[in-house]
Amino acid sequence: MSTVSHGHDPATLEPVVDLCDAVAVLGSFPALAGVTMTVQRGEIVLLSGPNGAGKTTLLRLCAGLVALERGRGRVLGVDLANDRELVRHRVGMIGHSNGLYGDLTVTENVRFWGRTVGASESEIDLAVSRMGLDGRLAHLPVSRLSAGQRRRTALAGLVARRAELWLLDEPHAGLDAAGRDELDSVLKMAATAGATVIVASHELERASKLATRQVEVIAGQVRKVVAL
Amino acid sequence: MSNAGQQRFTGTTVIGTARLIAAKDLRVELRSRVLLNQVLPFALIVMVMFAFALDSDAVLERVAPGLVWLAALFSTLIMVSRSFAVETADGALDQLRSAGVPAMGIFIGKMMALMAQLVVLVTLLIIAAVVLYRAELSWAGSVLLVTTGLTATCGLAAVGTLYGGLAAGAKGRETLLPLLLLPVVAPVLIGATRATESAFGTRGVSTSQGWPWLGLLAVFAVLFSVSGAVAFGPLLDD
Repeated sequence: MSTVSHGHDPATLEPVVDLCDAVAVLGSFPALAGVTMTVQRGEIVLLSGPNGAGKTTLLRLCAGLVALERGRGRVLGVDLANDRELVRHRVGMIGHSNGLYGDLTVTENVRFWGRTVGASESEIDLAVSRMGLDGRLAHLPVSRLSAGQRRRTALAGLVARRAELWLLDEPHAGLDAAGRDELDSVLKMAATAGATVIVASHELERASKLATRQVEVIAGQVRKVVAL
Repeated sequence: MSNAGQQRFTGTTVIGTARLIAAKDLRVELRSRVLLNQVLPFALIVMVMFAFALDSDAVLERVAPGLVWLAALFSTLIMVSRSFAVETADGALDQLRSAGVPAMGIFIGKMMALMAQLVVLVTLLIIAAVVLYRAELSWAGSVLLVTTGLTATCGLAAVGTLYGGLAAGAKGRETLLPLLLLPVVAPVLIGATRATESAFGTRGVSTSQGWPWLGLLAVFAVLFSVSGAVAFGPLLDD
């Protein structure tokens, strides 16, 4: 078990993720067996590790989708044991699918997700333009976009939803080289703008260029933390 | 966190969510035109096929109300399937739940959108019955028919949305949905058929005899609307 910390001033920045000995159980299987880690605002953290190590469960725990069985956990200052529903509103998770409607345009999809938190039209326009989807692309149905453009549309949905913590499970999967470069640049931009990003990925070489730290998860525990 | 802060992050209300989901579903339908290009032709073909199969004006006139609602029922299966295929194609339903969007709002929104489409479908089916099967309609019958149509489509939409959500995450959902749905909607088929017979005056049945059947439809619609709204969240989470 390792403690992950970061060099920000703790007096001014409360950790976005603060887990202490967190245990999560899937059925009867302890998918997380005592994870301790903190992630600070604006960081991009890479979760690495073999299949079945617990990376996705760790993301789902941070998203409020998996119950904290034992230990202590706070995400964005909210106690995971008390108010997972509130965590869900403030966190955005994108797994292998993007959660988009193929018949709707880029703007309509982003507007839909933004409206779930009452986002204004200007916030929606800003989200679309921040992901480089304005102009002609904004009015195309999502079904006509490339995989990379669809992934960016999903991320624009997170921006419109005002998600403060982005949890991305294998975000590079299914993208060509250009799509991966586009994704990396928007993630860097998002982190610069204040979003905190945790990426679970097997593509260590690419993701380590993007991330500030690499957290290796093995058998449901944090085994190694490397500053990048 | 302050109350203002909490307010900012708790998202839209159930009613706001329902309006959002219903508007989105109807917009998807307007774009894809599945109702117009596939469901309506399917329902009309079913009506015409019945006419070919029965091949007797007297019989057709007598069974017209049942045929209308059978065609509506089969079409409902397609529409419910489509409604949830749109949600599961790219994981949007999971995303809605993981974003903390109220399940009750999702249920009501999808039900309202389905009901709106069913109202269009049933209206056209009744017109087809009048034209194809020479069903006759009085003024008093029209009032009963409109009320029956609205109540029955509400019940079909509620139970369709509930079971559509149940089948959405299951393997073989295309075959599972009819197995789950058809036995449950039997009261709607019976009630709506009897009430429509009264509205058409089929076999000399008076309009007043149709109103008790409307009561059955109303109970069914309320029961499944309320239980669906309450059960939809746990159903999706499981």
